[in-house]
Amino acid sequence: MKLAATFLMALRALRRNKMRTVLTMLGIIIGVGAVIAMVAIGNGATSQVEDQIAALGQNVVLVFAGSVTSGGVRAGWGNAGTLKPRDADAIKREIPDAIAISPEVRTSCQISYASQNWFTSIIGEGPDYFTIRNWNFTEGTSFTDQDVRSSNKVCIIGATIQFQLFEDEDPLGKILRINGVPFTIVGVLESRGLSVQGQDQDDLVVLPYTSAMKRIMGVTNLRTINIEASSPDKIEVVQDQITDLLRQKHRIQEDHDDDFTIRNQQEFTKAATATSRILTILVVSIASVSLLVGGIGIMNIMLVSVTERTREIGIRMAVGAHGRDILLQFLIEATSLSSMGGVIGIVLGMGASKIISLTAQWPTRISPLSVLLSFMFSACVGIFFGFYPAKKAAALDPIEALRYE
Amino acid sequence: MTPVIELRNLERTYSSGEVQVRAVRDVSLTIGQGEFVAIMGASGSGKSTMMNTLGCLDRPTGGTYLLDGIDVSKLNRDELADIRNRKIGFVFQGFNLLSRTSAIENVELPMLYSGKRLSARQMREKALAALEIVGLAKRSGHHPNQLSGGQQQRVAIARALSNEPSLLLADEPTGNLDTQTSIEIMGVFQKLNEQGITIIMVTHELDIAHYTKRNIIMRDGEAISDTLVENRLVAAEQLRLLEEAHQAVHLA
Repeated sequence: MKLAATFLMALRALRRNKMRTVLTMLGIIIGVGAVIAMVAIGNGATSQVEDQIAALGQNVVLVFAGSVTSGGVRAGWGNAGTLKPRDADAIKREIPDAIAISPEVRTSCQISYASQNWFTSIIGEGPDYFTIRNWNFTEGTSFTDQDVRSSNKVCIIGATIQFQLFEDEDPLGKILRINGVPFTIVGVLESRGLSVQGQDQDDLVVLPYTSAMKRIMGVTNLRTINIEASSPDKIEVVQDQITDLLRQKHRIQEDHDDDFTIRNQQEFTKAATATSRILTILVVSIASVSLLVGGIGIMNIMLVSVTERTREIGIRMAVGAHGRDILLQFLIEATSLSSMGGVIGIVLGMGASKIISLTAQWPTRISPLSVLLSFMFSACVGIFFGFYPAKKAAALDPIEALRYE
Repeated sequence: MTPVIELRNLERTYSSGEVQVRAVRDVSLTIGQGEFVAIMGASGSGKSTMMNTLGCLDRPTGGTYLLDGIDVSKLNRDELADIRNRKIGFVFQGFNLLSRTSAIENVELPMLYSGKRLSARQMREKALAALEIVGLAKRSGHHPNQLSGGQQQRVAIARALSNEPSLLLADEPTGNLDTQTSIEIMGVFQKLNEQGITIIMVTHELDIAHYTKRNIIMRDGEAISDTLVENRLVAAEQLRLLEEAHQAVHLA
């Protein structure tokens, strides 16, 4: 018997009992819809985190100065004063896979322009900083190595500073006073928006690190060194080489701990993947439970349908239907039921995630893979749970079936 | 020429627990091409079992059954289904049409299960031709519940004819019909038989059996009599007589 004809027959049988068909599909619809919506939300969150991580830069290795303990109070990373500009120079000189290096210091200051003033973070960096963090300029350019060497009074401002202090004015070439010290603005950074933690990433002024150390902070040690490795698989190598180099430079004995800490991008990525893995497991378990329940509903209705249509089965067998024709007919019916439920579920799930992203302002992203998988899974549910009733129908004895009232 | 049906010492025994019921015992008979046979008997005489066996819905437990020269006693379920599909047309007492399915789709049903791979249009044409034979071509789109009993039985006959079988099996085809409609149905059978189709019919109504050519009477599973019908009734004639009788009642 032709598959197309069997398929039409199944659809007709389902259309005969619209209410029952819809109710039977409901389990699958809800299950698939929930999966699609949840995966969309999960993906939205994940992609947001991924964007944030990408904003930190690729293949980034961070070297922090060690923590200092004075009188039992531990001051946290970056305050031990163990990291010096010469460490950064040594890394630059001796580790070829560290392709970009930017020493970093940080503080917070009151800044002012004309009659406006603002309290913001001041970070001192090398010119490579913007390469490492993939940060582009809307106006102007980065300061140069020469500016770093001469501790020139130049600065780059974030989008928030431009908005707060300059409004419609062009900030390029204007003099910004940082702690009263005048700096010439040479560039404006592209807006990055809020970070994962909700901090305004554009609320900052970037200076050459030498200028920040000498003219603003009056310190000689670095907080961090930002390093970009040449490729993801070089990260470990670079990390090990830096460890060896710095231990040697700082003259740390065999049995002493490092006076610095190295972190890399992958640790952040790992945390993010772990989160999304937990989310995936959660979604999959919810999906399997609801699809299981939906499948049992389908099996139940198919069993009822086989009993109701015993006589029809008898007639079909009398005129020459093989057992497998009957099997196929009921199997296709069950599968159409579940995959139609799947399609409706997918549509509803997409709608739901749209509504969520519009009302709750959550980013959602519908993954084509989840759509495909839920569809295939719902079809498989139909095959799996339709098989027993179909088998039962196919095994009927034609004489008995014809006599059935 | 091979007979359509040849039974040699046919046996059908049901065993339920320790009790054995010999529904058909040692029946041997031959039915040739173009015959029109009525199998008669009281209930419990084994005629239904006989019918199921002849219709390949059931397998004999002993003896041989040759249908068109093929020994069907040894075929499996699927092979029996194929035989039913190609060689046998069934007409049942309760019509057994698929409800909520149009007449023409009911007639197409056996073609769906034939291995012949007909196109939808070919099937439609053949089904229409079969409906034409029973005089219902105009009602091809009607559903069974929109048709009278006689019309439903005609659709069932058209369905039985759609695969051009060599044998038509009718199980009490007039059992649910009034006298006039019964005669009409017998008229259809007689017409088909004249065209060369072999028909075997189970009935317990003696007057209906008179429209056939040969009567086999069963009792306790055995064929106790096998006679040719004398003074065979012709449906057309009987209908005319019935009509006249009605008229007479009207005039009186």
